[in-house]
Amino acid sequence: MSYLENGVLSLDDFPLPSPERLQQGRVAIIECVQEIPCNPCVDICPRAAITIVGNITNPPVIDFQKCNGCGLCVANCPGLAIFTVDETLSDETAEIGIPFEFRPLPEKGEIVQALDRAGQTVCTGQVVQIRNPRSYDRTPVVFISVPKAFSMIVRFFKRNV
Amino acid sequence: MRISQHPIIDFRKGKPIKFQFDNQEIKAFEGETIAAALHAAGIRVLSHSARRQRPRGFFCAIGKCSSCLMEVDGVPNVKTCMVLAREGMIVRRQQGWGKLPLKGRIKDFTRPAIPSLETDVAVIGAGPAGLSAAIYAAQMGAQVMIFDENNLPGGQLIKQTHMFFGSREHYARVRGINIGDRLLQQLAALPVTLLTNSSAIGYFHPHQLALIQENQLKRVVAQKVIVATGATENMLAFENNDLPGVYGAGAVQTLMNVYGILPGERILMVGAGNIGVIVSYQLLQAGVTVVAVVEALPTIGAYQVHASKIARMGVPILTSHTIQRALGQEKVEGAIIVRLDQKWNEIPGSEQTLNVDTICLSIGLNPSAEILAQAGAAMRYIPALGGNVALHDMNMETTVPGLYVAGDVSGIEEASSAMLEGRLAGLAAAESLFGVSEKIDTLKKAIIEGLNELREGPFGEKTRKGTAQMKEEMARL
Repeated sequence: MSYLENGVLSLDDFPLPSPERLQQGRVAIIECVQEIPCNPCVDICPRAAITIVGNITNPPVIDFQKCNGCGLCVANCPGLAIFTVDETLSDETAEIGIPFEFRPLPEKGEIVQALDRAGQTVCTGQVVQIRNPRSYDRTPVVFISVPKAFSMIVRFFKRNV
Repeated sequence: MRISQHPIIDFRKGKPIKFQFDNQEIKAFEGETIAAALHAAGIRVLSHSARRQRPRGFFCAIGKCSSCLMEVDGVPNVKTCMVLAREGMIVRRQQGWGKLPLKGRIKDFTRPAIPSLETDVAVIGAGPAGLSAAIYAAQMGAQVMIFDENNLPGGQLIKQTHMFFGSREHYARVRGINIGDRLLQQLAALPVTLLTNSSAIGYFHPHQLALIQENQLKRVVAQKVIVATGATENMLAFENNDLPGVYGAGAVQTLMNVYGILPGERILMVGAGNIGVIVSYQLLQAGVTVVAVVEALPTIGAYQVHASKIARMGVPILTSHTIQRALGQEKVEGAIIVRLDQKWNEIPGSEQTLNVDTICLSIGLNPSAEILAQAGAAMRYIPALGGNVALHDMNMETTVPGLYVAGDVSGIEEASSAMLEGRLAGLAAAESLFGVSEKIDTLKKAIIEGLNELREGPFGEKTRKGTAQMKEEMARL
């Protein structure tokens, strides 16, 4: 079944950073695959790592080498389609940055259910950091740690309350 | 049934007030419509139909569908989704057509003097298109009056909590609610008169409008008129589609994002276009369970990024599915959905009963073009633009010289395009008032370029097809 039928992207639908890049630290992953008129990610990136060539409707392309994983694009993407992944946290865990426009926000250290792109609980996660400055304009980014095997699987979480 | 905590909106409630509904006392807040306050109190049935005494609730919540009519202080057929609740008012569930408080003698009706309002440019509708038109016409030096039938200006922008797409010039990354505020701030600094609670009910040549403002008839004499009346939500034919609790997506947004009232607890969304999927996400943000989104087409119409947002929260999006029937006697108590085959036939045995208390329809919009037809503008049915539209040129001018259109009334599209069309209509109206200038010409060119940019790609295909048909029809005139 394709995302056109259920809204769920598969790992073949968008580019992933190389294993070498993942070993260098946090990096943004753009899960935006259609030709839609939108470009705030290009404007916000301080390292010019994201480009849209030609028409504004062309999907954004990220240069994983230029990206330093700052996460500004995560909070600034109108489609909430950008995440960060950091596989250098520890040998066992990876950290995923997720835009989270819900209340109440989780607490740091809280154990949550980690969900895949179809909303299925696949493992538990732990909230390691919440970034919510004014400039993010009500789109906080919540970073959760999950077992490394789920770094490209988990894209949302559910609180245990 | 009120939202206590919201991630995006800071609800500012008015003073608490009370009014009478049948034999019940209803607690409301100043600034809320009667229908919204009743909904918050758990009342879904607003009237019973004249012939079959079917229960009726509101559908659109923006004054267009007429299913919210009630008796207010003895006056029947009051649109309760538009009229604000007032301390001490007496609201009754209307039975059938209702009776006027007069005995129906003509002499009981008075003929008051009709005051006249004069302006260079009159704009009907203060949504994204109308506000943009007013701003651009006024910036070029025109005196502008802008009318809106709602209590609050901003049109649908005031309900749109999500960040807009597009580029910086199209307010990308800004939330719809904040775009509305920005436009109103710009408007306030210009020679523009904004009148809310004002319905333009008729057009008279040349460029005069009949306006009802707070129950008073007024005449508007203008040099140019820009119609930016928006659109009406489409209805879908299914059994019990008139049950209270079947709402348009705009009505759900009005309740939830304007008044901070939960439309229900468990919702079925019908339609997986951008509006259906975005409103589903907003429902989740408000704490409502979205049981499923059904879409009759074999693929999702919404942007993938919008669909993915609700998919990863576990909301099933069921393509090739539709609603077969709403369940319930006085209000929605469930829904039966069914799978469709490739020829749109229901597949027997594929029915599923869903436990929902609200059904939200998001199956498309239809331009609110009545006043254009009445004004004598050449109209054509163009399906790709959403229905009957007034033929118009690149200046947004209809076949009635000096009568312009902008926004959804000129063809259903996104709010980003509506704002650009509004700017274009405002500039064109100013140009025809004051003559051609290089400044206006440069601005117009940039706007047309922007519109073309927004309409690129597969999602712009429908609009491109519609505008191409519009051009052909214009050439044929």
